[in-house]
Amino acid sequence: MTGAILSALASHWWRNPLQLFTLLAGLALATALWSGVQAINAEARSSYDAAAATLGEGQFAQITARDGGPIAHERYIALRRAGWAVSPVIEGRLGRVRLIGLEPLTAPGDLGPVNPEGGADLGAFLAGSGQIFARTETLAQLSDIGVQGVASPDVAPNTALTDIGVAQRLLGRAGQIDRLIVAPDQPLTRPPLAEVAPDLNLSTAQDVSDVARLTDSFHLNLTAFGLLSFAVGLFIVHGAIGLAFEQRRAMVRTLRALGAPLGRLIALMAVELAVLALVAGGIGVALGYAIAAALLPDVAATLRGLYGADVSGQLTLRPVWWLSGLAIALGGTAVAASGALLSLARMPLLSGAHPRAWSMARRQGGQAVLAAALLTLSAVLAIRGQGLVAGFVMLGALLIGGALALPPLLALILSRAEGLARSPVAQWFWADTRQQVPGLSLALMALMLAMAANVGVSTMVSSFRLTFTGFLDQRLASELYVTAEDAGQAAAIIAVAGEHADAILPILSAEREVAGQPAQIFGARDHATYRDNWQFLRAAPDVWDRLARGEGVLINEQMYRRGGLDLGAVIALGPDVTLPVLGIHGDYGNPIGQVIVTEARFRDLFPDVSARQFGLRTDPAEVPALRARLRGEAGVAEGAMIDQSAIKAASLAVFERTFAVTTALNILTLAVAGFAILMSLLTLAAMRVPQLAPVWALGLTRRRLASLDLVRAVVLAALTGALALPLGLGLAWALLAVVNVEAFGWRLPMYLFPLDYLRLGVLALLAAALAALWPAWRLSRMPPAQLLGVFRHER
Amino acid sequence: MLLRLHEVTKTYPDTEAAVLREVSFTLAGGEMLALTGESGSGKSTLLHLIGGLDTADSGTLAIDGTDLSALDDAGRAALRRGTVGVIFQQFNLIPSLNVAANIAFQARLAGRHDPARDRALTDRLGLNDHLHKYPEQLSGGQQQRVAIARTLAAQPKLVLADEPTGNLDEATADTVLSVLTELVGETGAGLILVTHSERLAARLPRRLHLRAGRLT
Ligand SMILES: Nc1ncnc2c1ncn2[C@@H]1O[C@H](COP(=O)(O)OP(=O)(O)O)[C@@H](O)[C@H]1O
Ligand SMILES: [Mg+2]
Repeated sequence: MTGAILSALASHWWRNPLQLFTLLAGLALATALWSGVQAINAEARSSYDAAAATLGEGQFAQITARDGGPIAHERYIALRRAGWAVSPVIEGRLGRVRLIGLEPLTAPGDLGPVNPEGGADLGAFLAGSGQIFARTETLAQLSDIGVQGVASPDVAPNTALTDIGVAQRLLGRAGQIDRLIVAPDQPLTRPPLAEVAPDLNLSTAQDVSDVARLTDSFHLNLTAFGLLSFAVGLFIVHGAIGLAFEQRRAMVRTLRALGAPLGRLIALMAVELAVLALVAGGIGVALGYAIAAALLPDVAATLRGLYGADVSGQLTLRPVWWLSGLAIALGGTAVAASGALLSLARMPLLSGAHPRAWSMARRQGGQAVLAAALLTLSAVLAIRGQGLVAGFVMLGALLIGGALALPPLLALILSRAEGLARSPVAQWFWADTRQQVPGLSLALMALMLAMAANVGVSTMVSSFRLTFTGFLDQRLASELYVTAEDAGQAAAIIAVAGEHADAILPILSAEREVAGQPAQIFGARDHATYRDNWQFLRAAPDVWDRLARGEGVLINEQMYRRGGLDLGAVIALGPDVTLPVLGIHGDYGNPIGQVIVTEARFRDLFPDVSARQFGLRTDPAEVPALRARLRGEAGVAEGAMIDQSAIKAASLAVFERTFAVTTALNILTLAVAGFAILMSLLTLAAMRVPQLAPVWALGLTRRRLASLDLVRAVVLAALTGALALPLGLGLAWALLAVVNVEAFGWRLPMYLFPLDYLRLGVLALLAAALAALWPAWRLSRMPPAQLLGVFRHER
Repeated sequence: MLLRLHEVTKTYPDTEAAVLREVSFTLAGGEMLALTGESGSGKSTLLHLIGGLDTADSGTLAIDGTDLSALDDAGRAALRRGTVGVIFQQFNLIPSLNVAANIAFQARLAGRHDPARDRALTDRLGLNDHLHKYPEQLSGGQQQRVAIARTLAAQPKLVLADEPTGNLDEATADTVLSVLTELVGETGAGLILVTHSERLAARLPRRLHLRAGRLT
């Protein structure tokens, strides 16, 4: 019996290969979208983690020479003798490879080659006899150096690790050390660094990890996009499976009438679906891999720009990733199919032969209620919710609620339009369009989510870019930034700049706990540079004048949010110095608080701190000349002078690449949604004939009907787009104002980009029109005999 | 002459023998005729040709002096809108429109909608309780009456009815036919009624019989 049922079930696919294709393609595309984004995200993350772990950047405090040169071996010995738990590192380049030499005995535990792939001889490493650890592709570049290589995938790309002795030999720098890594646990008795080695400089772990915060935000963007693409995919899977079941209701009825047990029937259909899901999932993962591989060079470039660290532009195939792709395909199918199977199980044996999709408004009441509940939940969470989890739940409720609200809203709008229609054809057009909504609703929901994702993510990335460039303009207002090695050089810089620059803005800073939080305190000179370029999130009137008179302080957004310090709140900076907050400024990417006071106030508070960093204002054309003078007359090293235009250009380049990636993903999502519409239209085409035949018989040409079908698809897409816009903006707002604040402590201001939305709308209409073109063409060519068949045969 | 057929022949691509062979007859305005024949003899096919729903292979077919073979797609659509009205055996209502809208539809397409006439028709056909229902909520007999009302509301010159009572029991069939002939008679239109019932055919003044695609 099982064989008979199976062959009956399979025969449906052979007779309707297009439906089989729809189902497989829908599942495969959904999986591809999900796993593509996942792959990019995972690859970027793991490359970054590897880089961070290998280099210890951001993890450990470090000691470097004040003059930026190498540290003498004796200095290291002296520090160890004094009780400092430090470990020497040397770094250099062998061709394109960054070679890092570590001392395995003293290096902190989680640094160095973790989990070498077998064969690592710790003894040999300890003995300094020379093993070198790197990724296989990096080792290939080091084949001729006569050192045994060990493949270690956890090492950052283009980086090799080895014993410091080996590294010194390979780099030809015997006895030299570039920096010392400071272990987290230090004996309490050790003397201060200035006593043992006054020529060395200690930088805390936090100083180097600032940039990582921004990249975290970028990852969050990608994760949010992964969530969105998954939702789009789920709707497509749901649509494909729902339609496939719709088509087979009559057959199931017949099989049951002939005596096939319901349980067996359902079990067999579930197995059949699982097999299809695995096949489609496999195809989808391969497709996702292709997508990721195509986009990854851009992602790698983006991250390289952000981190300054190498991210391999290649993708490694991870079993976890394959499995998760297949699991998504199976899970999505299970979710989508359970409802359909349930309704089959409940289907009465004697009625309900006509496809359910056409019975109007049956489920829409319940759906509208669910949508309203979800949207209310997300609104409540937006106002009341706290924490990252609440943020993501809010995002999810907003998305699903918005999507579920689409069909009832469309039905409402279309029945209004029907009421307003004057001509009979217009009236029929609106009524018929409304009748198509249930059958197309899943594809339309997918389109809506794709468009909302588009609006949301591009608003977010654009706002990010705009804010960040504005922030750079503010922070990098001076044409040249110079850092002095010592007080003597600082005096020399002031002397040179006093003659050749328009203004010198010393940057005074000290770290201090303020209002219970770690914070940096800056002393700022009263100058037009600040007045012209700084923008506040909130400010008292005449903020600069009052600041100049020493009547208050400026704080950054992080401080304002974490400490609840609004305008007018009083901050204690010293034993008898308390000042009110006059202004709050955005300080993107900075993990800690910031307080800005006047120069005079700063010198009062920290008499022993003198400025080592200076912003110099000058005609941009004069910057190269000024640099040359500073180098020649004050002995400032090239690396200690930063040209702001170069930094801005580099930052903007990073955002352009981020943009390229998100745009590509956006267009892809839209294309997939368009494909879902095409597939739904094709599947529905057969069901449409009985609806169209009477209208044709009453005097409308096939060509007219076909063009109306085309218009119908465009109208539906336009309505969907109009409803997607507020959803997308809500999404962007949630990401910028809720999730980002919860995750990073600062809120990105939201900007609107109407032209972008317009272009997106045009694209969506184009996608819908393209999707409807072929079905419409088929309709215009449909032989009259096929239309007449409706009136001739029993249905 | 309202309708003139001369040696009309029709073959479907996938059938070997012709479905209609050299069919010729004429019908005057206001004339009513019954078309009978076994199942598969070509009755529906003939009706579809006359109704401008399909095209003949050869022969001429003219309605009101217009040669149908000279019409293109749009011309035939205009003919269906304005001149002939077809009542099908199967449900041929527009599923997305309610009963009232279905009845008004063809008349509005033809540009001669008269709400008073609609009301008179629904009165006569007993449809007043169902005006706001959708086709899927009606029984077969009710749907058939809606189809009749729709065709008559448009006041075509020629009414073609393809077994309009095939789904109905004898008593209902009799009343429906009475109403139909009465209403058609009032408008002065021609009527071709396809039926396989001798009894019903006998109630019309003229009768044609098809056998294997030929009139006998
Ligand atoms: N679209 C078609 N393609 C091929 N053959 C058809 C088609 N429509 C009808 N036929 C055949 O034409 C013949 C006449 O059909 P029809 O006009 O429906 O007969 P009737 O209405 O008298 O029962 C039948 O043999 C039928 O099988
Ligand atoms: Mg017939």
